[in-house]
Amino acid sequence: MNTPVVSPTELAQQPDESLSARLGGHIRNDLQLVLTPVVLLIVFAAFWTWLGAQELSGQAASALRTENLLQQTREQITITALSTVGVLLIAIPLGIALTRPSGKRFAGPALTIANAGQAIPAYGLLVLALAVLGRVFGRSRDNILQNTIGTWLAPGLVITVIALILFAILPVLRNTMVGLQQVDEDIIEAGLGMGMTRGEILRRIELPLAVPVMLAGVRTALVINVGMATLAFLIGGGGLGVAIRTGIQMSQNVVVLTGGILTALLALSVDWLGSVAERFLRPKGI
Amino acid sequence: MSQDTSIGSGPAGTVGDRDPTDMPVMIHLDGVEKIYAPGEPPAVERLTLDVHTGEILVLVGPSGCGKSTTLRLINRMIEPTGGRIIFDGEDVTEMDPTQLRRRIGYVIQRIGLFPHQTIAENIGTVPRLLGWDANRATARTDELLDLVGLEPSIYRDRYPKELSGGQAQRVGVARALAADPPVMLMDEPFGAVDPITRDRLQNEFLRLQAEVQKTIVFVTHDIDEAIKMGDRIAILRERSVVAQLDTPARILSYPVDEFVDDFIGAGSTLKGLHFERVEGLDVPDYPTVTLETSRSEARQLLADSDFHWLLALDAQNRPARWIKDDHLSGSSQPLDQVGLQVRAVVEPNATLHDALEAMITSSAAQAVVIDHDGTYRGVVQIELLTEAIRRMRSDARRHYEQLEATR
Repeated sequence: MNTPVVSPTELAQQPDESLSARLGGHIRNDLQLVLTPVVLLIVFAAFWTWLGAQELSGQAASALRTENLLQQTREQITITALSTVGVLLIAIPLGIALTRPSGKRFAGPALTIANAGQAIPAYGLLVLALAVLGRVFGRSRDNILQNTIGTWLAPGLVITVIALILFAILPVLRNTMVGLQQVDEDIIEAGLGMGMTRGEILRRIELPLAVPVMLAGVRTALVINVGMATLAFLIGGGGLGVAIRTGIQMSQNVVVLTGGILTALLALSVDWLGSVAERFLRPKGI
Repeated sequence: MSQDTSIGSGPAGTVGDRDPTDMPVMIHLDGVEKIYAPGEPPAVERLTLDVHTGEILVLVGPSGCGKSTTLRLINRMIEPTGGRIIFDGEDVTEMDPTQLRRRIGYVIQRIGLFPHQTIAENIGTVPRLLGWDANRATARTDELLDLVGLEPSIYRDRYPKELSGGQAQRVGVARALAADPPVMLMDEPFGAVDPITRDRLQNEFLRLQAEVQKTIVFVTHDIDEAIKMGDRIAILRERSVVAQLDTPARILSYPVDEFVDDFIGAGSTLKGLHFERVEGLDVPDYPTVTLETSRSEARQLLADSDFHWLLALDAQNRPARWIKDDHLSGSSQPLDQVGLQVRAVVEPNATLHDALEAMITSSAAQAVVIDHDGTYRGVVQIELLTEAIRRMRSDARRHYEQLEATR
């Protein structure tokens, strides 16, 4: 036969080469995943040591009391977590619905609204949310919302979370839609042709294949939310913004710096969590 | 036998010795119609067609003729707007489409393997949908990988992107066969691979089909692929109207109209030679001598015959040398020293195409037919082939005249 015959060893080598190239990429990424928290911890430890060595005025010392900073960090994390969960609960089902044949025609209007949510300046959105929702959470004996949620979360914090959900929906919604739309038509055709239902195709084929793109959107939303949570103090929502404001009012640079550095470290940690999720939730084979 | 993997010499033997229409009908299309929008011309116009159990029926036609649409109507990937489709005795339009599709293997040109699943998971798709237990599905997957020529221990846990185009296509076929469906629908399954790989995949698939005996509807735009793969071919024109439906041999011998003639293109006579075997020829007597025969005797024999060459056989009755008048005069060497060595031999089960090729390469322009043990059986000459072609044509014409008469 004069047809070229590929030997079994050649066949076995071809994929292995690409495999090792991929593994190389993975090792670099994995190294980054391990190193990032180490670096963050070192920076935090160095800063904390430096802070302890500072001569602080009484005002500054009380603003920087550990339990105050802990409380503010906790609020910052609560705002980030709640708003991100809210974004996921709304944006992912919405993104799925808007890519189904019956929902496609609403995709344009929905994206326009989500775009508008992000186009409004954050400060404005917070104030708007306060104006609209403040009354709902207003202090009164028979306000049900105030008597339930309000017993364990400050009204300002709840309003901040709602505003942030509106603000950060866009990246997750858009990436969910793009992630689902970029799934190859032939793959869906093959699934349908083998007798999978639309639901089975969504769960077993489309969503797993969309995961990398969706996770990128989730990571963006996380970073937006952790940053924006710093503005929650504006409407009494707490968070690390409180430390920064206090420092500015008292002209205490150490306090401002502490608030800023803690915010930055928190944001970088959250981003790191996002990258860990991307690394481990990404399906094999793609 | 010649070395080429030429059309029709495939392992399944498309040489028409059994009539596929003798088998019971598996899929019956009855006036099937697909109109996408009212007022528009139909994509498929009142198509009536039977697919018989165990045959490969090829739908072939120019692009846009509706052949893929027709295929996809069968498993209701597209809903017909008129007519009936009976699958194994049941009306398809009354069945749940997902249940129907789990009983029909489906292979498309771009395969559509699931990139996030291993080869084993891909092949196990339909068994999983049908609720097979894991052990049974795993055993079946390994069996199928073996069947399509991929070593299970190497390929089971790989991902689709680690496969070449040909390997991916094999996995696609294995996946379609997973739950052992009685019927397979294949839409240009070998269209996206290079010609060498395609030829190999076609041969492998014919070998596979000889083993599994599925009922297959196969769509292609390539008439040569249709001739090679099809037990029967339906040549479709616009709106999926059947121009001719018959065995490849008869279509090549007797294209019913200009459209079919144009579509099968030049060289149809040559292609037709793939469908007749040497053993079917009526080989006339040919003058032979042994190597011990004396020169004068040999010369006398040649002079008495109508032929230009004598065939000399050795002591085991195997063809040895071609000897011509020139070779006998002028020298006095024994017969095993003169003439030309016999090179072009064919066995009785060779096709006429093989015989023609042997003839062209033969110094004497004729092919010697030998038995499996190499002993002499006869000589095929070009006149025999032209006669066979004439006979095939007149047989086909008579077949169509009879059809016409009984209508």
